[in-house]
Amino acid sequence: MEPIRTLRSRTAVLPVSDVDTDQIIPARFLTTTTREGLGKHLFADWRYGPDGALRADFALNHPQAAGCAILVAGNNFGCGSSREHAPWALTDYGFRAVVSTQIADIFRSNSLKNGLVPVIVDPATHRWLLEHPGVEVSIDLETTTLRHPAGEARFPLEPFARYCLMNGVDELGFLLGREAEIAAYEGRAGIR
Amino acid sequence: MSATARTLFEKVWRAHEVAAETADTPAVLYIDLHLIHEVTSPQAFTVLRQRALKVRRPHLTFATMDHSTPTRTEQVFGGAPIAIEAAARQVRELEVNCAAFGVELLDLRHDRRGIVHIIGPELGLTQPGKTVVCGDSHTSTHGALGALAFGIGTTEVGHVLATQCLLQRKPRTFAINVTGKLPAGVGAKDLILSIIGRIGVGGGTGHVIEYRGDTIRALDMDGRMTVCNMSIEAGARAGMIAPDETTFAYLAGRPRAPQGEDWERVLEGWRALPSDPGARFDREIDIDVSRLEPMVTYGTHPGMVLPIGGAIPERPDDPVFAKSLAYMGFSPGQPIKEHPVNVVFIGSCTNGRLSDLRLAASILRGRKVASGVQMLVVPGSQQVKREAEAEGLDRVFLEAGAEWRESGCSMCLGMNGDLVAKGHYAVSTSNRNFEGRQGVGARTLLASPLTAAACAVRGRVTDPRELM
Ligand code: SF4
Repeated sequence: MEPIRTLRSRTAVLPVSDVDTDQIIPARFLTTTTREGLGKHLFADWRYGPDGALRADFALNHPQAAGCAILVAGNNFGCGSSREHAPWALTDYGFRAVVSTQIADIFRSNSLKNGLVPVIVDPATHRWLLEHPGVEVSIDLETTTLRHPAGEARFPLEPFARYCLMNGVDELGFLLGREAEIAAYEGRAGIR
Repeated sequence: MSATARTLFEKVWRAHEVAAETADTPAVLYIDLHLIHEVTSPQAFTVLRQRALKVRRPHLTFATMDHSTPTRTEQVFGGAPIAIEAAARQVRELEVNCAAFGVELLDLRHDRRGIVHIIGPELGLTQPGKTVVCGDSHTSTHGALGALAFGIGTTEVGHVLATQCLLQRKPRTFAINVTGKLPAGVGAKDLILSIIGRIGVGGGTGHVIEYRGDTIRALDMDGRMTVCNMSIEAGARAGMIAPDETTFAYLAGRPRAPQGEDWERVLEGWRALPSDPGARFDREIDIDVSRLEPMVTYGTHPGMVLPIGGAIPERPDDPVFAKSLAYMGFSPGQPIKEHPVNVVFIGSCTNGRLSDLRLAASILRGRKVASGVQMLVVPGSQQVKREAEAEGLDRVFLEAGAEWRESGCSMCLGMNGDLVAKGHYAVSTSNRNFEGRQGVGARTLLASPLTAAACAVRGRVTDPRELM
């Protein structure tokens, strides 16, 4: 995984709360056996009309949302299904961070493993960002700070996840390195 | 209060710490049972291949196919089972992966196949005090037996395959104390829907819920599984219920449960699992269900729920709420009862067990599904199907005009082509009423098996107590 230290981008704003992973990528696209190429299905039922054409009234289809790497969404983003296809679709589309006031547990965990930074901000910062789509925002992992034109906000990030993101470390390698402890546990528990 | 009083969750967590968490690193948690299915495992096996890794403990890993499998008997047992090519490929890949890595698989025609969260407990694989994971959010179901069970993503599926461990921060605990006798016609599904309505779809985020109190103790195992199943719909990491005599009686004699002397030995450990008196939870709420009514959802997430006699709420200044109602074709202030229904689905890991089918059949016996309504009854497993047939429930459904299918997830998420048409209203015993969940433009009303069956008979949203 590419190390991430700072992200700088304009924001795309999706002012919808409780966005579930069925919206991020509908179930009919889950028959894939790879991780690649899911960006075209991102928000498929919101993004495309019945004829398959892009819907002009969907926030991400606005010209100013093009090329944005930071998605600001309503409260409680990523609830529902555990499908990792959700962060795969978001990153393949080009997003590197999602900003909300609350991010569902499994989605947050999946995001961290795919270089998508989950940024949980206070309600006032969140409101300001929702009201100002397209502003230039920076997300600094060193200081866990989000800076926007009218101020800044700290955000929580689990220290180990932050370390992995900043150093491009993958957790599997870390777990494999704990072999001696795992074997000792299995010995105590009588697992062979 | 004793300083060492521990919750059920803490006991299971501690017993599985390969390494405790520190300020810098999460805990390394050992996993006793890893369930896998066709949709969320292929990319994990790819990682094992890329890194030349083995499955560390194949005998702690167990596979089934359920999400994209067909439910029509002639498809399952006929020549070319899966019509959707990509789904067929995914199922084949699971077969190949399980064979290559030595993982036991209940394949399409196996007589114990079923939805992953139905067969874990049914086979006795899920046991009190175990850690259980699966690349599926409704893994919370297994907590009904006193296991710590939670859904994980595909990268983590790879971690567990390779190391039998996960890196986890310790979640917080949340006690929901439920008291009072459930009124007639009101059951476990109504109970959990009302809890989600109260705490909200993000209300359990970061927490493991323990359901406690005399109402929970009085539920049978099927009902407890319905409750724990939907913990994720409140955003919780997991739901748990302390094991008791009901749990032990359920597990005794199941094919993968310990037998003989082993059974006596494990039982002793299981009896020590319930939360100690005075154990502290990070959060606690009390709920009295003695006046609870049948519940039904009206919106596009499970927290948008009301008693069946109620009216759609009015929230004039909430555009997200308005958008949700527009999708559903409902207006603020409108009563939900008597609204026409097109489809009724009985099944899923929430309500696809034998007692759910019995409840639905109790309403349908001697009655007909209303004309123009499609009713699909999909048992949660092949075992549930056989047991239902032994009791003649299949006859009740077929004579009423419902369809009786082979087991699988089916219309819960429509991956196998069992879909609700655009704009149609489905009363469903499943767990998610998200936009498009049951088909593009489909409108889902979540309800109990009793309510769903009553809706099928009348062709309208109906209080099941009117037909009891
Ligand atoms: S029945 Fe529905 S919720 Fe349960 S595992 Fe299958 S798709 Fe998921």
